[in-house]
Amino acid sequence: MTAPVRRPHGSPRNLIGPLDYTRRWWMRFLVAATFLALYAPILTLIAYSFNDSRRNIMWRGFTLKYYEKAWNNDSLIDAFVNSLSIAVFSTAVSTLLGVLVAIFLWRFKFPGKSAYEGFMVLPIVIPEICMGVAMMAFFARVGWPTNLTWPFNLGNIIIAHIAFSFPFVAVIVRARMVGFNRELEDAAKDLGASEWQTMRDVVLPYLKPGIVAGGLIAFTLSLDDFVITFFTAGPNTITLPVKIFSMVRFSVTPEVNAASTILIVITVIATVLAMRFQAPQDKQEG
Amino acid sequence: MSESPVTVSIQSVSKRFGTVTAVDRVSLDIRQNEFFALLGPSGCGKTTLLRMLAGFETPDRGSILIDGQDMAEVPPNRRPVNMVFQSYAVFPHMSVFDNVAYGLRVAGTPSGEIGQRVRDALEMVRLSEQAERRPDQLSGGQRQRVALARALVKRPKVLLLDEPLSALDAKLREAMQLELVRLQHAVGITFVIVTHDQHEALSMANRIAVMEAGQVRQVDGPAQLYEFPNSRFVAGFIGKMNLFRARVIARHGTELKLDVEGLGRLTLPGQEPHSADSPGAAGPGAGPDPWDIDIAVRPEKIRIHRDEAPGGRISHHGRVSEVAYFGDTSHVYLRLDSGQSISANIRNVARTSRPSFRIGEALWCSWDAGDTLVLDR
Repeated sequence: MTAPVRRPHGSPRNLIGPLDYTRRWWMRFLVAATFLALYAPILTLIAYSFNDSRRNIMWRGFTLKYYEKAWNNDSLIDAFVNSLSIAVFSTAVSTLLGVLVAIFLWRFKFPGKSAYEGFMVLPIVIPEICMGVAMMAFFARVGWPTNLTWPFNLGNIIIAHIAFSFPFVAVIVRARMVGFNRELEDAAKDLGASEWQTMRDVVLPYLKPGIVAGGLIAFTLSLDDFVITFFTAGPNTITLPVKIFSMVRFSVTPEVNAASTILIVITVIATVLAMRFQAPQDKQEG
Repeated sequence: MSESPVTVSIQSVSKRFGTVTAVDRVSLDIRQNEFFALLGPSGCGKTTLLRMLAGFETPDRGSILIDGQDMAEVPPNRRPVNMVFQSYAVFPHMSVFDNVAYGLRVAGTPSGEIGQRVRDALEMVRLSEQAERRPDQLSGGQRQRVALARALVKRPKVLLLDEPLSALDAKLREAMQLELVRLQHAVGITFVIVTHDQHEALSMANRIAVMEAGQVRQVDGPAQLYEFPNSRFVAGFIGKMNLFRARVIARHGTELKLDVEGLGRLTLPGQEPHSADSPGAAGPGAGPDPWDIDIAVRPEKIRIHRDEAPGGRISHHGRVSEVAYFGDTSHVYLRLDSGQSISANIRNVARTSRPSFRIGEALWCSWDAGDTLVLDR
């Protein structure tokens, strides 16, 4: 670390520089208020999942019984298993698709490329409700069967999830690709590597952090998606967010809080991992 | 040199990018064991020419032969050449050892042989200690030596170097110049280096091709190139030069009588012919009289006196307009009585007796008529 800066003799210690925003009280207050507004509801939800009361109004002591109750709720567990299965499948496919699209856009020039790039990110910007309605209309129009056995009854949800999550993977991997030194590719070929060996030994290792980050984002998006799933799900396929919504319609019990807390924990872990993989690697590797 | 067989033969190669002609009908023969430099300002097509040798660009016209084999249908990964890239392009996710071993691994070399050859290559570039390091733990100079070892371990017929020293600081650059010459002697491989730095080319190469606007202007050894440039461009690009417009008014054999702008009437003795394989080799004096040419004198060939020079030298009177001190030399700029500017380099040979010139001081400058170059316009 750098040596402490010696202040010129006689200058007041608490002089605030023009860019020292973190030392201004009103700025600190604003930051604190923002964080409070963002996280207080979530923290309350988590806290009340441990509340020993049937209603979420008064704090009556710590308990884990609602986690136990959620664990023994078969329909809740079914929904959770469905959610995980959908997330795993759609993540695998959307990661593959996203990486291929990113490499394709990086590697080739073709007429209408910028238009293609624009259209590709449409699922990111289109309102989810529109996407949901469109998906529902699409599956009704093609006559997608609704009476398949598990896990094939999840097929339409998986397809819908792939459709909205692969652009995220493509965008993240493409961003990583921008920093790629093309001389690395030339160097590999110069040393005798074929096109495929160059891809495997040089390009993909470079992209790995982007691919992992993109995959985890896709996983998170799929796991907690409600709107699109709600529109595409058949009568017998319930995912965790949809199940939680239906439970809330009757009453907000601590059991709902417990299920939500688990969903939050999984999502946060995936997001933290994604951010760590996306962070610049050079310092970490040293 | 001329007895060595030709390793790289470039035969009237052209390359266009859109409307820009990057390389224009270039023909060159590079011989075995030569340290050959492609020198020119940025955008002159030297890097494109190098990338065509490596196979990353394909010529629109002409052909490239390496070791007698036409390279037209040979992809980069099958050519008997290896390249050191400007950015070094050391694979960041591999250790130094794995970087150097990569080319042998994709070629399917047995692993025992790989270990031995990689260790030898690392020893040659003095990186044995760093074999297990990652590239981001290396300095710029070390990374470049990894790139060198990685290319040389493949035992190419030709090693291509694309501005290899441009990213290094001045001290390290000088050390690497010597290192590259040492390496080239040690491995006995033809080196082709692309550079925009004339000092680099002059100090390292056996032969230099000076390029401008996609064309080769002159191919010669360093001393020949410096002392006998064949054109105004080469004369001005390599080193410093005082250039004057002139007109031939009479000729007696090889002797030229000239009328020079700012210098008046001059008589020059016969000129040595240029080397044979350069364009414009016919030499000056081939045109009809009266005939416009340029004459040129290197600043270090000019001497400065307080009195008029003795006979036999070309001598002119003027006043000091500026003095620039460079440590080992001083550049003195004179304005002649005719208004013509001329610069002379004075070596500061002793610490205390450095000649001091005041601006505005009246002086004489002189040079030997034999040091005057005659250049075609």
